[in-house]
Amino acid sequence: MAIWFARSKNLVSSLRHNLNLSAILNKCDYSPRPIFFSTTSQLSSTSFLSPVASLRHESTAVETQPDHLVQIDEDDGQELDFPGGKVGYTSEMKFIPESSSRRIPCYRVLNEDGRIIPDSDFIPVSEKLAVRMYEQMATLQVMDHIFYEAQRQGRISFYLTSVGEEAINIASAAALSPDDVVLPQYREPGVLLWRGFTLEEFANQCFGNKADYGKGRQMPIHYGSNRLNYFTISSPIATQLPQAAGVGYSLKMDKKNACAVTFIGDGGTSEGDFHAGLNFAAVMEAPVVFICRNNGWAISTHISEQFRSDGIVVKGQAYGIRSIRVDGNDALAVYSAVRSAREMAVTEQRPVLIEAMTYRVGHHSTSDDSTKYRAADEIQYWKMSRNPVNRFRKWVEDNGWWSEEDESKLRSNARKQLLQAIQAAEKWEKQPLTELFNDVYDVKPKNLEEQELGLKELVEKQPQDYPHGFHV
Amino acid sequence: MAALLGRSCRKLSFPSLSHGARRVSTETGKSLNLYSAINQALHIALDTDPWSYVFGEDVGFGGVFRCTTGLAERFGKNRVFNTPLCEQGIVGFGIGLAAMGNRAIVEIQFADYIYPAFDQIVNEAAKFRYRSGNQFNCGGLTIRAPYGAVGHGGHYHSQSPEAFFCHVPGIKVVIPRSPREAKGLLLSCIRDPNPVVFFEPKWLYRQAVEEVPEHDYMIPLSEAEVIREGNDITLVGWGAQLTIMEQACLDAEKEGISCELIDLKTLLPWDKETVEASVKKTGRLLISHEAPVTGGFGAEISATILERCFLKLEAPVSRVCGLDTPFPLVFEPFYMPTKNKILDAIKSTVNY
Repeated sequence: MAIWFARSKNLVSSLRHNLNLSAILNKCDYSPRPIFFSTTSQLSSTSFLSPVASLRHESTAVETQPDHLVQIDEDDGQELDFPGGKVGYTSEMKFIPESSSRRIPCYRVLNEDGRIIPDSDFIPVSEKLAVRMYEQMATLQVMDHIFYEAQRQGRISFYLTSVGEEAINIASAAALSPDDVVLPQYREPGVLLWRGFTLEEFANQCFGNKADYGKGRQMPIHYGSNRLNYFTISSPIATQLPQAAGVGYSLKMDKKNACAVTFIGDGGTSEGDFHAGLNFAAVMEAPVVFICRNNGWAISTHISEQFRSDGIVVKGQAYGIRSIRVDGNDALAVYSAVRSAREMAVTEQRPVLIEAMTYRVGHHSTSDDSTKYRAADEIQYWKMSRNPVNRFRKWVEDNGWWSEEDESKLRSNARKQLLQAIQAAEKWEKQPLTELFNDVYDVKPKNLEEQELGLKELVEKQPQDYPHGFHV
Repeated sequence: MAALLGRSCRKLSFPSLSHGARRVSTETGKSLNLYSAINQALHIALDTDPWSYVFGEDVGFGGVFRCTTGLAERFGKNRVFNTPLCEQGIVGFGIGLAAMGNRAIVEIQFADYIYPAFDQIVNEAAKFRYRSGNQFNCGGLTIRAPYGAVGHGGHYHSQSPEAFFCHVPGIKVVIPRSPREAKGLLLSCIRDPNPVVFFEPKWLYRQAVEEVPEHDYMIPLSEAEVIREGNDITLVGWGAQLTIMEQACLDAEKEGISCELIDLKTLLPWDKETVEASVKKTGRLLISHEAPVTGGFGAEISATILERCFLKLEAPVSRVCGLDTPFPLVFEPFYMPTKNKILDAIKSTVNY
């Protein structure tokens, strides 16, 4: 941060004063205290501590510091009253710089070799949980690969992968309770996978067959499951954010031990609904966890063309929202951050913002060829050297919880199940034609009854104009 | 029928209907204006459903048109609250609440400002049930907004945007003509399991006074009402425009033309059968609305009736509507579809 010393009489107090602007974001004030798992010993038990309570007290305590330190400065002994409360004044004309000299650091627990960084704060993960997380990350990889190929073969019309973002997908889901209501963007199928959506259910939606819960109405990957508390995906970007604020508020009013969790990409934070969603969640004091997957690209638009701020984490404070930047490719860090954020949201009834740094290894979708706008070796680098699945695998293997044999068994099983799921989905009947007209309203209105009759007649009269298999 | 005046400062009244028209309740009640009737509906809605919420800009103190008076005091700030100044946030937040099974009764301060919420309404609310295969819905969402000319509103306090919303499968669009209608229709909208946009004619907030039953009653949606019977020509309208049309009907009667006047009430989905039956009887149709004529909802009614009643029509369908301009300030009296414009159109249609 550029600090103006020009006219300050007291250099030290001015320094302290300026540093306070970033004090709230300082790692040591918000991170968990040493009662967490220590990096020097292995944890094999399944007991989870409940450390977040102390975390909460620490973090709120810090917020009172700035007031205290401001008063030390000679200039700022007096305060002015304005709507919104008291504010100190200064005769020194000082602009807040457009950026800090130092970017907000990224919370990370595992290094690239899958080793826990000494003195890391994190919430311990048992063997059972870690293995499950790894399996799901690997399954997501296999699922993405096979569905992508299915699209290439013309068997489904569209697909988009989450390659590179498996840690965000799975670790965030693992950190939530099943009662937390998820409002996704579209690159979070791993959350649904974690909660129990089967490979068949994924395939059915992609094929839009009779078993698709969405009844074939939307493009592939627009999954939804009320059973698993995962709102149906819609293509417009960021529309889910203010909705998440409403969902969180409902949970709060119903006094549920649950929060809303909603995802957005870096590009989506430019939408007006991002502003609306965060502001409403903050003002309404709604328990919402906003998770931004900053993967560097919005289709072909690099983040340097998306905003001029230090990413998304710095925007949280602008709304009065507690925020953290996390290494999105570090499953343990994502798990700890989301778990902590979720506890804060629920116990303190407030929104929390998480910016998960990552990289979109895949193309935006099957309609995109990202080599047209970015270097192939950039993609390769992230795919090979910064792979979140490999990194977590190393840690799990180092603990003795996973082997090469487990790996090949998992991958071949997943592959087999997926191929079977696709074959089965392809064979399923199509949706009956009447589903074109249902659910526009709760009850079909007269105009739709007429249109359905009219269409039925047309289809019977000229079946060659229409695709086969849609029972009338 | 009591004498009705034009858009002057005299209070307009809505006496009992001519015979043949349907009413949910013929009880007399208290004399209320439109904003008080709406206020009553909101009190009843919140009282009868503990999971209902009213929010929007400035609703806490009673709202800029006093429609939400007393709600925050009675039901608490958790259920009746101000929101930040952000229509897309208001509607988006409302969709989230409704998706969780609550009733979210949202206020947009003027229909002129509803557009930032258009994406949430069209792409989200309207498609919420359909796209999810009925796993989710936001039927508990009702969006209220004052619309229409007020005498001095200009571009941004006078708009009638109903046509934009009538083109969106999945939502309903409802416009009441009077205090008694407004209370019953609003309660139906709130309780309807589909997202509804409810446009309130702001001109009538204070100007219209009517006996409104004090109890809880609902007026059905998608049912048009013949509020005046006649034989020579059918007139169709909604909201405040009906009072103007009614005056035109009275003048036309003096010249021997018998007019049938229909209040559409629900524009989406609209009651084609009632209008069709009337036009098959009269052979002539005139539609009047404040919104600009091109692309206005009158075009939809005209096209549909032409399809259904072509051989019975004695004259082209007439539309007496606002001009194709932004709503002007000093030129408002020229812009508006006035009583005499309607009367001229009635006569030329009848004499075609």
